[in-house]
Amino acid sequence: MNKNKVTTMAAKKLSLKEKYSLLTRDLDWEFSYQDRKDAFPMEEFEGIKITDWSKWEDPFRLTMDAYWKYQAEKEKKLYAILDAFAQNNGHLNVSDPRYVNAIKLFLTGISPQEYQAHQGFAHIGRQYGGVGARIACQMQSIDELRHVQTQVHAMSQFNKYFDGFQSWSNMQDRVWYLSVPTSFFHDARSAGPFEFLVAIGFSFEYVLTNLLFVPFMSGAAYNGDMATVTFGFSAQSDEARHMTLGLEVIKFLLEQHEDNVPIVQKWIDKWFWRGTRLLTLVGMMMDYMLPNKVMSWKEAWEVYFEEAGGALFKDLARYGITMPKYAALVEKEKEHISHQAWWTFYTHGHATGFHTWIPTDEELDWLSEKYPETFDKYYRPRWEMAKKLEAEGKRFYTKALPQLCTTCQIPMLFTEMDDPTQIAYRDTVYNGDRYHFCSDGCKDIFHDEPEKYVQSWLPVHQILQGNCGGPGVEQVLSDYYHFNVGADNMDMKGSPDEKRWKQWKGVA
Amino acid sequence: MSVQAIVPDYRGVVRDRFENFHGNQLVYVAWDKHLMFCAPFAFPVPPEMSFKSLLTDVATDVFAVHPEFDQLDWSKAEWLLDGQPFIPQLDVALKDQGISHKSVLRFQTPELKGYMGADI
Amino acid sequence: MSKVYLALQDNDEARYIVEAIEEDNPESTIIHQPAMIRIEAEGYLVVKRETVEEKMGRDWDMQELHLSLITLGGNVDEDDDQLSLSWNE
Ligand SMILES: [Fe+2]
Ligand SMILES: [Fe+2]
Ligand SMILES: [Zn+2]
Repeated sequence: MNKNKVTTMAAKKLSLKEKYSLLTRDLDWEFSYQDRKDAFPMEEFEGIKITDWSKWEDPFRLTMDAYWKYQAEKEKKLYAILDAFAQNNGHLNVSDPRYVNAIKLFLTGISPQEYQAHQGFAHIGRQYGGVGARIACQMQSIDELRHVQTQVHAMSQFNKYFDGFQSWSNMQDRVWYLSVPTSFFHDARSAGPFEFLVAIGFSFEYVLTNLLFVPFMSGAAYNGDMATVTFGFSAQSDEARHMTLGLEVIKFLLEQHEDNVPIVQKWIDKWFWRGTRLLTLVGMMMDYMLPNKVMSWKEAWEVYFEEAGGALFKDLARYGITMPKYAALVEKEKEHISHQAWWTFYTHGHATGFHTWIPTDEELDWLSEKYPETFDKYYRPRWEMAKKLEAEGKRFYTKALPQLCTTCQIPMLFTEMDDPTQIAYRDTVYNGDRYHFCSDGCKDIFHDEPEKYVQSWLPVHQILQGNCGGPGVEQVLSDYYHFNVGADNMDMKGSPDEKRWKQWKGVA
Repeated sequence: MSVQAIVPDYRGVVRDRFENFHGNQLVYVAWDKHLMFCAPFAFPVPPEMSFKSLLTDVATDVFAVHPEFDQLDWSKAEWLLDGQPFIPQLDVALKDQGISHKSVLRFQTPELKGYMGADI
Repeated sequence: MSKVYLALQDNDEARYIVEAIEEDNPESTIIHQPAMIRIEAEGYLVVKRETVEEKMGRDWDMQELHLSLITLGGNVDEDDDQLSLSWNE
């Protein structure tokens, strides 16, 4: 390019479309002495057929200069608020110290997955033959790194005053319930680049991420946690771009070749199911862990999946894509899963890195009102039992380890949806070994790729094989999980967190 | 295809083989319709253990916290082994009555309806 | 026809953007939730740069929308002058 040309280009203000095209078309090159297949070795093994990468379009047409400019502005705003939060002892403004446990679960369960998303997008961003796709993945990879960093910074304020925040990155790889989100991302990252994009970019970001961030961040606002609202919404402003990328990916793959349709549908079915299982943890946070409640899990599911997802799948019908396979079952599950999950955590409260508790009477009434069909009939009696045992000085903790689902790694706590008093059992024998599942969805996923899931690192089995220290659960918790046993775990009642809070607030 | 892999004939490492449990096998035990216990329990036990010993030395301690446990009569419990009706032989080793590594044993007590009759 | 939607943080900038959206999309519904504002409409929604500039009384770049955006639903199309959301059914 000669000097003259540079000056003319700079003089004329380029439109968004022109800038985007310069970045994503004119930066690419033909392979003259290398085989293209060697440059992009992962592009074909999943069976996806791409005929023309130039059809890839980012509807936001974001270029690198604009990307850095706006991301920097987002960061400045965010850190100004985080500073103010710390300087004003923002941790004292939360609604109730129980609230902070939702944030502990967020830091240990969600933030490390932001990092996995960062790694995953960095990896696949190298694997595509099209520049548009590579750039979109590169930006998303950087976004996700920003998310984990801002979350850790935001929550460092809570770490100074509350237990349970100290070893989140160690816990991610080891703790029994954290293997649920961790293995979800391991599954996606060990898949090919197109499955990863459908799994995380579409099924997770587009279809489900709203259920994670939007109600939860509104919940943080409702519970006086300015730091979390701010990082949440700051991350979410990137999420809008990620969601759009996810949708564009699906449309791109479906338009490229009709053979892609059944492959994409299978991935949507799989990742929708895995995603809803993962979101059980979010449902539980919304219904049980937020002292001031914004909406129930059931309501969130209706707004963000049934309504928004319904519109999406109607739009995709023209490609021959149908609603995810188990969507109808999940419609029934919204009445049950948050209750089944919190009971599981409550009864395993000695082995959790946050506190658990019996809902207050007002909260029980709120649950009855939000779940008129199911709560009083199936779930309130459990809490009556827990209250009675607690009053007798026998707060209930289970004495043995639970059986886990091979695929989602959640304890086998889910019931048949047509009989909520009966645990659902599914199993199969593969190469002489028996495998267990919580649902048909999880069993289907195993059956499709058994050689992948025979490798599941199931925390309970690992403990029982002696791979997590011990011999007792107490040593596993302290030496392997790095819990401060007696401070991080057990009931909220009588916890050091509760005692300190009362001191700060001057109540006996 | 048993896995979508970039290399041919990919085989995964079976992480929960019997050999990895140092002589024990896993047995999962659940009391149906007693959801005070949110999920079945996983026990590592020697395959040579008798069924009676599984009940008295392993399961009892865990299930005894249930308010209905005092009324539980093991001899009247109805059993399922891996989903099929099963009549346990108390003095026979687990491995000699078809209870293999990672088998599920469920017992049902139709006359006990759970806490407040709510299957809890 | 299904609903398209977008949600903005409830901040000073967003209030002008919401005013502009209301003006350009008379059929839209505005819902205030804790810390956020959700705008939804049947089938189609547009944010126009010119209208936002008028409300703010300053130049405004379409891409500044990203600073306040929380989430959206629908097929996106953005250029220098507008961002639109739509479903094709
Ligand atoms: Fe993220
Ligand atoms: Fe994201
Ligand atoms: Zn499962």
